[in-house]
Amino acid sequence: MVAADPQPSVSEGFSLRVERVSKSFPVPSSNSDHAIALDSISLTLDAGELVSIVGPSGCGKSTLLRLIAGLDAPSSGGLWIGQDPILEPSADRGVVFQDPNLFPWLTVAQNVEAGLVARGVLKEKRSEVAEYIRLVGLEAFADAYPHHLSGGMAQRAALVRALINHPKVLLLDEPLGALDAFTRMRMQDEVLRLWEARGTTMLFVTHDIDEAIYMSDRIVIMTPRPGRIERIIDVPLDRPRQRSSPKFLQLRGEILDLLHFSGSEQEEPAAAL
Amino acid sequence: MSSVPHEMPIASARPKRLPLLIQEAPANPGLRLRTVLSAPLACAAAIATHLLIANQQPAFETRVYTIFLGGALAIVAAIAALRPAFLRNWVREMFPIVGAAALLLTVWEVITTGFRLLPMPYFPSPAGVISAMVSDRGLLFDSTWHSLILLLSGYALGVAVALVTGICIGWFGQARYWGMPILKIVGPIPATAWVPLAMVVSPSATFSAVVLIALAVWFPVTMLTASGISNTRKSYLDVARTLGASRSYLIFRVAIPAAMPSIFLGLFMGLGASFLTLIVAETVGVKSGLGWYVSWAQGWAEYGKVYGALVLMAAFFSTIMTLLFKARDRVLVWQKGAIKW
Repeated sequence: MVAADPQPSVSEGFSLRVERVSKSFPVPSSNSDHAIALDSISLTLDAGELVSIVGPSGCGKSTLLRLIAGLDAPSSGGLWIGQDPILEPSADRGVVFQDPNLFPWLTVAQNVEAGLVARGVLKEKRSEVAEYIRLVGLEAFADAYPHHLSGGMAQRAALVRALINHPKVLLLDEPLGALDAFTRMRMQDEVLRLWEARGTTMLFVTHDIDEAIYMSDRIVIMTPRPGRIERIIDVPLDRPRQRSSPKFLQLRGEILDLLHFSGSEQEEPAAAL
Repeated sequence: MSSVPHEMPIASARPKRLPLLIQEAPANPGLRLRTVLSAPLACAAAIATHLLIANQQPAFETRVYTIFLGGALAIVAAIAALRPAFLRNWVREMFPIVGAAALLLTVWEVITTGFRLLPMPYFPSPAGVISAMVSDRGLLFDSTWHSLILLLSGYALGVAVALVTGICIGWFGQARYWGMPILKIVGPIPATAWVPLAMVVSPSATFSAVVLIALAVWFPVTMLTASGISNTRKSYLDVARTLGASRSYLIFRVAIPAAMPSIFLGLFMGLGASFLTLIVAETVGVKSGLGWYVSWAQGWAEYGKVYGALVLMAAFFSTIMTLLFKARDRVLVWQKGAIKW
């Protein structure tokens, strides 16, 4: 459980601007054909905003996240954090993937401090490591190797590994996708608490509409082939949100409509896409 | 009617022996009498056989072997009598093997000294081998020492070069393009095939032996290091880059640790190749070491010494191999429980 943030709660988020970004990949079987993964995406996140992207697989949401992380370059268009263009990966933009990707040769504590080591600031900030581990309740596992952790614990470690760098924007690529329903709901609250304490700008890719409504200020709905933004929906609900409130359910229905998933039957359609 | 075909196969398929086996396994893993007595009894049998058969052997040989077996008996008997707690597991695991070894010596002695089934002097008795080892201990120790120095220099050189080349080939595209053909063409040539060339070109036999051993080690270590590095999971590299990693962090703190299991595979293969090359080099060129000792003793038809050197070689190589296993356990402790070695 998250007790308190080690840092005083100053907002450390920056705005994120994505302008007319397209990305195409060469088709392996052909010399000239290109598959368009993203088609002219424009999106702006204010500092400290939590925005979700939902959409069926193949809509390019993970591709967009990789572009923002700087792991891939766009085919056209530009991306900015605050005033700075995104050219390559940096500690400015933390990423949490669906697979925690903890380094198996490092203990949990060593994984959490990896960002400090990579930036060469471990000496000054070593004291923070234990606080971050406590932040997600992994004190007992600080010296354990990753394969001893459950999925939820590993993902919590991955979360603080990204947060210890104080990223201006945190990118989450279906970080809770592999967890069971209960662990998942607990983790949603943990992410929200960290977000509220830090004011980090967060972009949260998910395929779970409930999760998107529960967590985000706005929801970006994407459609595939080519990847486009279909609609951006505000979530005007007070926090903490009730998953079963009428407004919540109404919003859920609207989003399912947009994605053409609400059948004519009364029957509940699957929320997960 | 219908119940018969149902019951029949079930009754016949039930494993009748299984319950018995389960009962036999000790509930509390104490030491069984059979285990405790195995080694002392076998040693006693070896001594008895020896004293019975070896009445026409040289006195020195008989005395050394009797002392050797007596010492072994005294040690295992003391352990069997006291059964100290810290040796419990060792007793359980090793006593039957120690006992089997003593019986093997007995059989060997019966075949050689007893019935003289094998032609002399090519097959001396265990007493002959051990007494040869004792009487020639100075030279044997010296030879082992020289072999150790030679092996370690060659192995260290080979590993050092191989790690650099392997990491370069695994990480940098240019190095891979130019390095791979060399590795693929030169690598598979057994290092011992270079011996004639090495003897002509090199300033000293020792120097060329070091280079040959290094060459033998270089190929497998380079190959497996390169493959380990280039197979580093891309997602680890992605994560590291988003954590602010520089290129040196990516190489030294992501790719190399990720490649470690593969690198150790190469180190083991290289160690095997280095033993072989060491012995060949000592046999044909270098005038010291265990390989030289074997061919020298053989030249004098002192087969007791030949076997003595082989025994020492076995102990020497398996000790080094064990040390490498220990190093691996230490470095790859993070794999423990995740995979089976």
